[in-house]
Amino acid sequence: MSASDVGMLALRVLAPVLVILIVLPMLQWVERRGAGLIQDRPGPNRVGPFGLLQPLADVVKFFMKEDLIPSHADRFLYVLAPGLATFAALTTFAVIPYGATLNIRGNPVPLVGADVSIGILYLFAVTSLSVYGIVLAGWSSNNKFSLIGGIRSSAQIISYELAMTTAAAGVILAAGSFRLTDVVAMQSGSWLSLPYRGWTVVPQLLGFVVFFVSAFAETNRLPFDLPEAEAELVAGYHTEYSAMKFAMFYMAEYINVVVASALMVTLYFGGWSFPGFHPTSLGGVVLSVLIFAVKTAFFVWIFMWVRWTLPRFRYDQLMRLGWKALLPLALLNLFWVAGLVLWNAL
Amino acid sequence: MAESYLPILMLMLFAIGIAGAMILLSAVLGPRLRTRRKLDTYESGMPLLDASRKRVSIQFFLIAMVFILFDVEIAFLYPWALVFRSGGAPLFGEMVVFLLVLGVGYAYLWKNKAFDW
Repeated sequence: MSASDVGMLALRVLAPVLVILIVLPMLQWVERRGAGLIQDRPGPNRVGPFGLLQPLADVVKFFMKEDLIPSHADRFLYVLAPGLATFAALTTFAVIPYGATLNIRGNPVPLVGADVSIGILYLFAVTSLSVYGIVLAGWSSNNKFSLIGGIRSSAQIISYELAMTTAAAGVILAAGSFRLTDVVAMQSGSWLSLPYRGWTVVPQLLGFVVFFVSAFAETNRLPFDLPEAEAELVAGYHTEYSAMKFAMFYMAEYINVVVASALMVTLYFGGWSFPGFHPTSLGGVVLSVLIFAVKTAFFVWIFMWVRWTLPRFRYDQLMRLGWKALLPLALLNLFWVAGLVLWNAL
Repeated sequence: MAESYLPILMLMLFAIGIAGAMILLSAVLGPRLRTRRKLDTYESGMPLLDASRKRVSIQFFLIAMVFILFDVEIAFLYPWALVFRSGGAPLFGEMVVFLLVLGVGYAYLWKNKAFDW
């Protein structure tokens, strides 16, 4: 492998992550302006035109604030926790295909960080790591609010992970592969043919609903943000954090929202594909990346929309929903998909 | 084969770099005006009421145990889903039997209020 090959690999895997990191402060702006819109108030509008420079000002401020480590905290784990949360969030995007296959001097280059055969497994494995960041933050802070937030979060995340992974098993069954490029390829065919080759959301609507609800719980977003329920737990697991370490938890949450949206798009809405669109030229490939970005942005907006629209669940309701409703529904969806495959409908 | 995992390694190194740089910069750039009160455990501005590391509800441990059981079930579901196309109807029957056994355990947990908080 030559140096240019290695550079190409690095570019393919780092480009989407860099884009996410650059867009991230903007998402904060969109969320706060969106909240203003929904709650009939202006939102941030003082720093720069339309408040567009507000996120930049926030980042500078986060860096310049005093970085406290409480005297009773477990210093090593306290510092490690936000790093772990950020690490887990940043590494998930590697296996998600974000565009069609590019042709460079006759060599096909699929636009995906790492086209590995265990894509979905890798994704769920790394996503599960993020719970360690939250639990360690809660425990090492040596604060009861943090501890309760961390414990709640771990119970919530593992409960909804079951429903989420079972729902995703339906997609794996239909695709017959863990490779996410295969999942997208499966969905880029005709919607009218038998077996069906359109977006997965049509035959697996039930699975999508389960996955969608679980994604909110997995990212600790409202209506499932019990770990940081400010009315009961001050700020939950990051009560004791300040300066950039505090911001890193928010950063990880936003990246997780983007990844969850991208994953929903990839598994259920055809990824970068669009009905009747088969890119071959360079322009087509660029268009496919844009399609993927627009679909993902749509789901990110839904995450924000829901946050400012729905009230928070109670903890017993949360657990009941996860174990008594979503898990059986996810299994039902799996049987439905297996039946469809047996009848050659999928 | 192992070569296709190289980008993941690159991304992991990149992520460690970003996370490390943020923690380091934050610690270096901010002011240092420490007082004993400021470093105390947060308790909404009051003196600390009781210990921080208290016992938590047994329900959390129960959920964790049940999770392990069901997660193993999913570990079986995934390879089954992967090869289902080549297996067909017999595989479907086997999974029905497997999930029936699991369903008995699930019904037992439900009846014993393991999912009720």
